[in-house]
Amino acid sequence: MKNTFIARNPSVLWFLAGLAIFTILVTIMSEATGFGLISTSFLKTLGKTLCLCLVAIAMDVVWGYCGILSLGHFAFFGIGGYAIGMWLMYARTEGIVLTSLKANALPPTATEITDAIGGQIFGVVGSSDFPMIWAFSHSLPLQLLAVILVPGVLALVFGWLAFRSRVTGVYLSILTQAMTLALSLYFFQNDTGLRGNNGLSGLQNIPGLEDQSQAVVSLWFFWASAIALALGYVLFAYVVSGKFGSVIRAIRDNEARVRFLGYHVEHYKLFVFTLTAMIAGVAGALYYPQAGIINPAEIAPIASIYLAVWVAIGGRGRLYGAVIGAALVSLLSSWFTGGSAPNINLGFYVIKWTDWWLVLLGLSFVLVTLFFPKGIGGIFDALAKKTPPNREGDFGPDKGAWRNEEGEPS
Amino acid sequence: MSTLLEVSGVSVTFDGFRAINNLSIQIAEPELRAVIGPNGAGKTTFMDIVTGKTKPDEGRVVFGDRGDSLLGMSESQIAQAGIGRKFQKPTVFEAQTVRENIAMALKNKRGPFDVLLRRKTENREDRIRAISDEIGLTDALDQQSGSLSHGQKQWLEIGMLLAQDPRLLLVDEPAAGMTPAEREHTTDLLVRAAKTRAVVVVEHDMEFVRRLNCKVTVLHEGSVLAEGSLDHVTKNKDVVDVYLGR
Ligand SMILES: Nc1ncnc2c1ncn2[C@@H]1O[C@H](COP(=O)(O)OP(=O)(O)OP(=O)(O)O)[C@@H](O)[C@H]1O
Ligand SMILES: [Mg+2]
Repeated sequence: MKNTFIARNPSVLWFLAGLAIFTILVTIMSEATGFGLISTSFLKTLGKTLCLCLVAIAMDVVWGYCGILSLGHFAFFGIGGYAIGMWLMYARTEGIVLTSLKANALPPTATEITDAIGGQIFGVVGSSDFPMIWAFSHSLPLQLLAVILVPGVLALVFGWLAFRSRVTGVYLSILTQAMTLALSLYFFQNDTGLRGNNGLSGLQNIPGLEDQSQAVVSLWFFWASAIALALGYVLFAYVVSGKFGSVIRAIRDNEARVRFLGYHVEHYKLFVFTLTAMIAGVAGALYYPQAGIINPAEIAPIASIYLAVWVAIGGRGRLYGAVIGAALVSLLSSWFTGGSAPNINLGFYVIKWTDWWLVLLGLSFVLVTLFFPKGIGGIFDALAKKTPPNREGDFGPDKGAWRNEEGEPS
Repeated sequence: MSTLLEVSGVSVTFDGFRAINNLSIQIAEPELRAVIGPNGAGKTTFMDIVTGKTKPDEGRVVFGDRGDSLLGMSESQIAQAGIGRKFQKPTVFEAQTVRENIAMALKNKRGPFDVLLRRKTENREDRIRAISDEIGLTDALDQQSGSLSHGQKQWLEIGMLLAQDPRLLLVDEPAAGMTPAEREHTTDLLVRAAKTRAVVVVEHDMEFVRRLNCKVTVLHEGSVLAEGSLDHVTKNKDVVDVYLGR
């Protein structure tokens, strides 16, 4: 089975090979192995980029293949980050508290320990009680489960309500934005018990790995991100390649017609929406320990819109396109906004990239949509020197349908 | 021969316009039935009602041995119950190959998990081959269906209908855009299909209907104007009036 799957999807092999070479090169050049050509902070950026690529391919499956323009997948990403962040904070604070209480004459009671941890974590929001939402934070396995289950259940319930009432197109996108906005406001509130706008911090310190330097820990996270991306890529390539892929692409282009073939379109959408939400959660759980901090601003609606922009620039409906789009745009973005890009002095005006980057991004998005609808991924089509067949009109009547210009040459 | 589909007393109003007016039609299994009528008579709307696309304001639509009502069912449930449809404007999935289009239509379990985990089988390949031979698209199996000609898309949609293996086939204007030879082939195919199942064909072309050599129902302004053999209905004074236009 494996053989035929790879044989039918040669791009998977190319991708895995490319990713492996990249990982090895970065490893050799990292500080942990001694060469130190890549600083630890840049290594973290690269690791985070791999996580963004993972959430981007999830977005590509839900939008590029299934036609659901979800503007909420970054919220699932953030939830994954919060889920792992809660354990990281709890476990680390517990370690600190235990060491400091050791000095006491009497061994501390369990309540004393919990109170001390609570005081440490929630001091910033003027509280010391553990809210309900932290009930499982002491347990790594349970919080890991939450990384997958919370986004999954949320997507399942939201998707069930939305798809069942046949909300599609722009209205569905607006609904997902509303969900994202509601979530970010919820996370912002102090009452929620997630430290309001302070968010969770110190996530780069992994409990149990205190003896290791950040250079080493970062490298491990980089590897974990690469493995997750590889597995995610194979999983999604499997999902979109066979008959299942055929059905969801058909739903993207003309969902009414798919119904008349006897497929319950809602079930397929729900499946794809939920699966991609869960993978987005995993990507977030790997991202935020490398970022070190997560706060509700990360979940803001705009983040999910960026995700769609990456996929569009990379070329939707092509997994490698999503990877290229996410990697390129997010790396460029940190270059421009990080102040590394040289300002351009026009004499009468100085273009500061920290201010103008968003304008540049917006402009490239418009240009790509207008002139390169297949995105950067489409370059591969051009390299294969295929000429598109002579046909007219879009690939289906639906809002999310592939436009004629996006099509794959046969 | 038993009744497979029974439509009785069905009416549909679009913004105050009565497109279907107290329509009653019975289709047996097996049976071949032609439905004719002037533009706007309600032929396509009749199919929309049976397949669940349009909900009627009143009336009954029952299907199958147990006489289940189709009115509470979704489009996909109706299709799974055994009703297949070919649209007036050929609608195939243009971004996909002919093979993928047929494979999607093949009668198989339709759930997401069934579809995700199913392996390609020899049997499936054989069935796709048999259907593509029937519709003359074997050479185009790996071609994107968006690049097919109008007539070929018609064929592909007929092929998808056969792949579904439904008990009732609703075929809306199958011969549009076909050459005379292809039309003949289509009639053969439909006549053969109707040996084991119910087939309802909407067609404007009288020659085509004559070759089907079956019972004809004439629709006009949303209800049945006449029913019987083609010769019988063409002699009917009302039908002559409608077609010649008073
Ligand atoms: N969704 C709709 N909304 C409003 N009016 C509709 C709708 N569907 C059909 N109609 C109207 O109902 C009438 C019957 O249409 P229908 O498509 O069933 O005719 P038909 O017999 O198939 O005609 P033709 O031979 O041209 O295909 C037409 O007057 C049409 O304009
Ligand atoms: Mg019609």
